[in-house]
Amino acid sequence: MTKELNFEGWTCPMPLRDHSNIIMSHGGGGQLSAELIQHLFLPAFSNEQLEALGDSAVFDLGNRRLAVSTDSFVVQPLFFPGGNIGHLAVHGTVNDVSMSGATPLYLTAGFIIEEGLALESLGLIVGSMAAAAAEAGVRLIAGDTKVVDRGHGDGVYINTSGIGVVPDGVTIGPDRAEPGDMVLVSGTIGDHGMAIMSVREGLQFETSIESDTAALNGLVAAMLEETRDLHVLRDPTRGGVASALNEIAQASGVGIMLEERKIPVGAAVASACELLGMDPLYVANEGKLIAIVPQEHADVLLDTMQRHRHGAEATIIGQVVEDHPGMVVARTGIGGTRIVDMQVGEQLPRIC
Amino acid sequence: MKYLDEYRDPELAGKLFDEIRETGKHHWTMMEVCGGQTHSIIRNGIDQLLPDTVELIHGPGCPVCVTPLETIDRALAIASSPDVIFCSFGDMLRVPGSEKDLFRVKSEGGDVRIVYSPLDALKVAGENPEKEVVFFGIGFETTAPANAMAVFQAKQLEIANFSMLVSHVLVPPALEAIMSSPSSRVQAFLAAGHVCSVMGYWQYEPLVEKYRVPIVITGFEPLDVLEGIRRVVVQLEEGRAEVENAYERAVLREGNLPAQRMLKDVFTVCERTWRGIGSIANSGWELSDKYREFDAAHRFTVTDIKTQESPLCRSGEVLQGLIKPNQCQAFGTVCTPRKPLGATMVSNEGACAAYYRYGRFAEVESANT
Repeated sequence: MTKELNFEGWTCPMPLRDHSNIIMSHGGGGQLSAELIQHLFLPAFSNEQLEALGDSAVFDLGNRRLAVSTDSFVVQPLFFPGGNIGHLAVHGTVNDVSMSGATPLYLTAGFIIEEGLALESLGLIVGSMAAAAAEAGVRLIAGDTKVVDRGHGDGVYINTSGIGVVPDGVTIGPDRAEPGDMVLVSGTIGDHGMAIMSVREGLQFETSIESDTAALNGLVAAMLEETRDLHVLRDPTRGGVASALNEIAQASGVGIMLEERKIPVGAAVASACELLGMDPLYVANEGKLIAIVPQEHADVLLDTMQRHRHGAEATIIGQVVEDHPGMVVARTGIGGTRIVDMQVGEQLPRIC
Repeated sequence: MKYLDEYRDPELAGKLFDEIRETGKHHWTMMEVCGGQTHSIIRNGIDQLLPDTVELIHGPGCPVCVTPLETIDRALAIASSPDVIFCSFGDMLRVPGSEKDLFRVKSEGGDVRIVYSPLDALKVAGENPEKEVVFFGIGFETTAPANAMAVFQAKQLEIANFSMLVSHVLVPPALEAIMSSPSSRVQAFLAAGHVCSVMGYWQYEPLVEKYRVPIVITGFEPLDVLEGIRRVVVQLEEGRAEVENAYERAVLREGNLPAQRMLKDVFTVCERTWRGIGSIANSGWELSDKYREFDAAHRFTVTDIKTQESPLCRSGEVLQGLIKPNQCQAFGTVCTPRKPLGATMVSNEGACAAYYRYGRFAEVESANT
């Protein structure tokens, strides 16, 4: 016989104090990452370009507008289905520069290499970078190499910076979304994150998921040829589509309404996410972009994207609205609604 | 998604909503036992679309939420020990102990690793013979067979540096405790399909008999949940109280017998404290004497655990279905997923977290209309 429970005086956990150390979630692209930037980096380095919080900073130099961006790549494993850290290091920065509408021209690369890394592996990675840069039409013009003691790195970390030129008449930024604009995504989401998960230690499940890593400057150029009146471009890397849209909603002070059934997710990614209890909206992408564009241009831009090889599965997934400013909301498959919130940290596979 | 899309069909969902609306003449209160069901209900907006005659209350079925604070603190102490590799399912890493969580232990130098299966932890033990490898064995009857298998294999393979901190909880005694409480508002249960896929549902029959409470075994997809609700409403309106299996594709009355044999070999039933609820007789599993050598609670001497809970948090009442998450004054103000007061706000499957993440829009909507 179960004894009767005492409803009085039931207790519950005390508040967690703020973390005094960096935890992994500070790098997860969610709320903790945003807080680190807002409360630590921005106050220290405060300036107009940085505070715009775009994927790249745009500034005037003489009569040219330039875009500059930097990114570090610490992916494990170094080689994964669909690519390697070298591909990512080029594509990631090319894409960050492209999301301001700029034409990326030059890259730099810094290598932090762990003692013991096989030269053959490094050769393959560098070869991939060269091929990716050539394909994207950018030149790698400066670099740096450091070697750290064995055990102080995961094989190799790569930092790349990129610089590009913003065409006249292009003003793209996360604060430019307006009610009525349409939200487009260039293809299926979650492929990169789940490709990495599928080869992580302890989770080798058999799938055909490959990373979507790709340089998107060609796709952006094709869109800009159609119209220069694009409002926001974003490549939804860490934190996925959900985090990118939350950042846009907050920067622009607008609401975003998604149609859940229209969000393209590949069958293998959807299954893997189901298995692990993850939401593909929060899974990283490395070859997709979100475009927020005036309603009158949406159909023609969708057509343009679908004709490009990196946008063949482009879809309109939602609309910018006046309601619930700063929030992203999805209409669910069965007709309800739900908030698509900013993650606190990284998504964690659930217990059951 | 061949086998899932058919359980998310909006037209069929619409028909089920209509049937629930037409069948339900009276107001009925039912509890979904499992956090996975709560998650599905809120994530799909089912609660917004149900008629007022159906009131869903959320049960204690979140293993992350109900793991006792004392056990979390013990886990944190063990994970902080030098020469220990502490392995856990990912969603336990954010659950607050009295002062910290496993993420913080990791950031302070503890070797804390996310694994996807207890057998992976066993592999880590095999690869690191100079370390003690501890797996955090929590969960309901669903995760227990795999955890039992890991301990069984550790014994067979004589992996001496592996142990498990076990805090398994069992559903039927919790339902009994809820029903025996004088303040219970529960008129029916949506029982968790995956628990029943392991244990079967014969053990719910005495409960139905004793408390005249319908129990419908329910899956987790929107149509599964809606079908469960429909069957509950039909039973309640007809004055029946039976165990019904609405998850036939996964559940048999007798359950998974090989899994049950493994469980019986490795675990014995014990009294267990549920975080936010209290102690419930016969509601947990611990390692049996035969496997005691693999019990981390015995292997590691942890003293001086002083648990401290917040007086503001009402997650105990949430877990019992006495209040809804947003009826707690701390909800969404001093208690958020970023700074959780209680474990129900920490876990993705916790009722408070589900309300916070998916339910806030409903409030925004109702405020606008």
